[in-house]
Amino acid sequence: MLFCRLSISVMAILALCGCSSGRKNSHLPKGQEIRFNIHAEPPSLDPRKSTDLTSTLLIKLCFEGLTKINQDNTIALNLAERLEISEDKKTYTFFLRDALWSDGVPVSAHDFEATWKTILSPSFPSPFASDFYLIQNAKEARMGLVPLNEVGIHAVDDKTLVVHLIHPTEYFLALTATHPFFAVPRHVGEPSFFSVGNGPFCLKEWKHYQNLTFEKNPKYWDKDVVKLEKISCFLIEDENSELAMYENGEVDWAGNPFSSLPLDAVASLRKKGELKIHDYAGVYYYIFNTKLYPFNNVHIRKAFTLAINRQLIVDHITQFGQKPAMSYIPPSLWHEEKAVAYFKDHAILEAQKEFALGLEELGITKEQFPKITLTYNTLSSHHKIAQAIQGQWLEALGVKVELANREWKVFLDELQNHQFHIARMGGVASFDDPMTFLDLFRYLSQSNNYAQWTNPQFSKLLDKSDRCTDPKERLKILKAAEKLFIDEMPIAPIYFTSSGYLEKPYVKNVFLSNMNDINLKTAYIEAPH
Amino acid sequence: MKHLIKKALILLCSFFVVVTATFFLMHAIPGDPFSQDKAIPQEILKAMHEHYGLDQPIFIQYLKYLKGLCQGDLGPSFKYQGRLVQDIIRDGFPISGYLGLQALVIALVGGLGLGSLAAFYHGKWQDHVTIVMAILGISIPSFILATYLQYLFAMKLGWLPVARWGSFPQTILPSLALSAAPLAFIARLMRSSMIEILAQDYIMTAKAKGLSSFQIFLKHALKNAFLPILSFLGPLAAGILTGSFAIEKIFGIPGLGSWFVQSITNRDYTVIMGTTIFYSALLLLCVFIVDLLYCWIDPRIRYDNDLS
Repeated sequence: MLFCRLSISVMAILALCGCSSGRKNSHLPKGQEIRFNIHAEPPSLDPRKSTDLTSTLLIKLCFEGLTKINQDNTIALNLAERLEISEDKKTYTFFLRDALWSDGVPVSAHDFEATWKTILSPSFPSPFASDFYLIQNAKEARMGLVPLNEVGIHAVDDKTLVVHLIHPTEYFLALTATHPFFAVPRHVGEPSFFSVGNGPFCLKEWKHYQNLTFEKNPKYWDKDVVKLEKISCFLIEDENSELAMYENGEVDWAGNPFSSLPLDAVASLRKKGELKIHDYAGVYYYIFNTKLYPFNNVHIRKAFTLAINRQLIVDHITQFGQKPAMSYIPPSLWHEEKAVAYFKDHAILEAQKEFALGLEELGITKEQFPKITLTYNTLSSHHKIAQAIQGQWLEALGVKVELANREWKVFLDELQNHQFHIARMGGVASFDDPMTFLDLFRYLSQSNNYAQWTNPQFSKLLDKSDRCTDPKERLKILKAAEKLFIDEMPIAPIYFTSSGYLEKPYVKNVFLSNMNDINLKTAYIEAPH
Repeated sequence: MKHLIKKALILLCSFFVVVTATFFLMHAIPGDPFSQDKAIPQEILKAMHEHYGLDQPIFIQYLKYLKGLCQGDLGPSFKYQGRLVQDIIRDGFPISGYLGLQALVIALVGGLGLGSLAAFYHGKWQDHVTIVMAILGISIPSFILATYLQYLFAMKLGWLPVARWGSFPQTILPSLALSAAPLAFIARLMRSSMIEILAQDYIMTAKAKGLSSFQIFLKHALKNAFLPILSFLGPLAAGILTGSFAIEKIFGIPGLGSWFVQSITNRDYTVIMGTTIFYSALLLLCVFIVDLLYCWIDPRIRYDNDLS
């Protein structure tokens, strides 16, 4: 078999980490502790099971993947020291570096094999099994059709992991940087939570609903660049209390990504110059139920989408510098600065034209237009946005839309049973590739395809991108898919996400990623608090 | 004794009804414990339901739950991996209980004191001030008061910490916020009850015998005026000891109060059941104790029951 070798030098990575850290540990003041408020109790610190944001962020302090996403959005090797990819791009061979678990046991390729196969085991309650379906026989094993040893994941020895994919998958290395693809230590069994990890920090204390304490992992493979000795995470749910604690000097950070700042305080924080904004790969949108009259008509969908005044929403309601979205994929996933606008924001005349066309095709007058409901889950910002858009639709199209505020689980139930006309939705990229969003609408059977939209050409384009081995060509295919998607408008994009946070001036080198992860590996405190 | 056994049996039946009603109502509300915005494929959802026994008929689930309950097993939380419901209650209740007890003492001492004061000075400025304070205490929501207390004592004066749990200073503001409404209610009850008692003939007799106002208050008025407060005290104690969602949220207190709300939001079935069962058991126990105290304080109740 011919191999093309990815020449990512370990030395280069080490040098990069060294540069970013900025200064040597010996020059730093003692008591390197950073204090956060994490807003909610993490339901689980098990990488195989955790789906919520808080758990995911904390897991990434204690565990690492074979690859990682750099600050500049590029993918680099991490626990894998070397990688070989077969010419057909269907076989990945990871060569692991010499790394230890925090209890001193070596990290082995067998840990990865065991963890991934556990997730795929039919009886294991992991919501992530479908993320592995691009691996040979993974889906069949999960459904109990083939034994687990026939899945294309094999640890050849302690240092070599071979993965066989069904088709070339350009974003596979982005996936291995996400937490479901992290390994858990086989030798500790199935504890209620993992205090043994392989990341820069390890969990020292967990007082439920009170606080979590992480300490520097002395066995970490890259421990020399880690400067923080302690990370204290308090659990205060109330955003106003968190802000008061920040102002009182009881925490060093407030807001995104663990929590959010109270919207009422944004203006004054901005005025004081304290507010920092972070753009990340997420999009907020409304879904149309394309199987339900009248949104089975593309012109009606277009009319509702074009009539929205996004700029007004981001300026006056969301207030964290969000960008109006006139496309579906956040620009950072295309590695572009600015998003493409496939249509104009607040294009009332075009909206009215489309509405007239839609009514004509449906054979009804404006007065006969059915009663429409906009459903969203209980949250004041969703409510304010819905109210604003309700007014904009009334003004532009003369349609009075009813608002339906639903409790979270009831909302999800209605979405999954397709009991809605228009519903609020939003998402943050799970991995650094446009496929993270486009794949939701690939087939009608896709569990996330709440819009029930399907287009054979769109599915074909995505399938074609799967087989494409040229990254540039692949992105072109995905762009074409996005254009087709927007032409059909099963969703009305509203804005690309960003969020605000406060950081004490003595906190240095904390990085927030495109997926809104927090990286504390090289963070340090300049002056003791 | 017969009366007590009868009362205990009624309470046991009530407890059973609460367990049954909660179980079936909980399963009747829409929403799945494992649903999330990024929907999980059906085969995975099915496997998760099987893992937690949710694929079985509802009546079988109910019987299994009752069996577990009889053995003291409240099951694992669906949302918080590796945590048992009994652990959640064991960790949360002492904290909520401590805070609740502190708030209850403040409410009782403050409420009885203010109410008595208002009654003694009926129609005078002390009475008016108490009435205004009671109205404010009842009408201002606890979360508004909590935020104001935080602003004043933590941020402006810097005397007390903003939030968190672990030391005595951290318990002061939440206790005050938690006690305001019951304090005001007790003060109002005490005032009206005391005014009524002070107008009784036996108080006039005591005065005529030359007893001082303090002696009359302590020996003759207080015990009788306390009766209406006692009936309020049972449900109040159960409520205040199991914590408050708003106060625990604002002050970051790891008590039991927030679990009542969050378990329903998360459709965490076992936690919903566990917290409801615990609360109802505590409530029934408090009501039972109040009944006993009633018999002890007011012998007429005891005699009436014996006669009937």
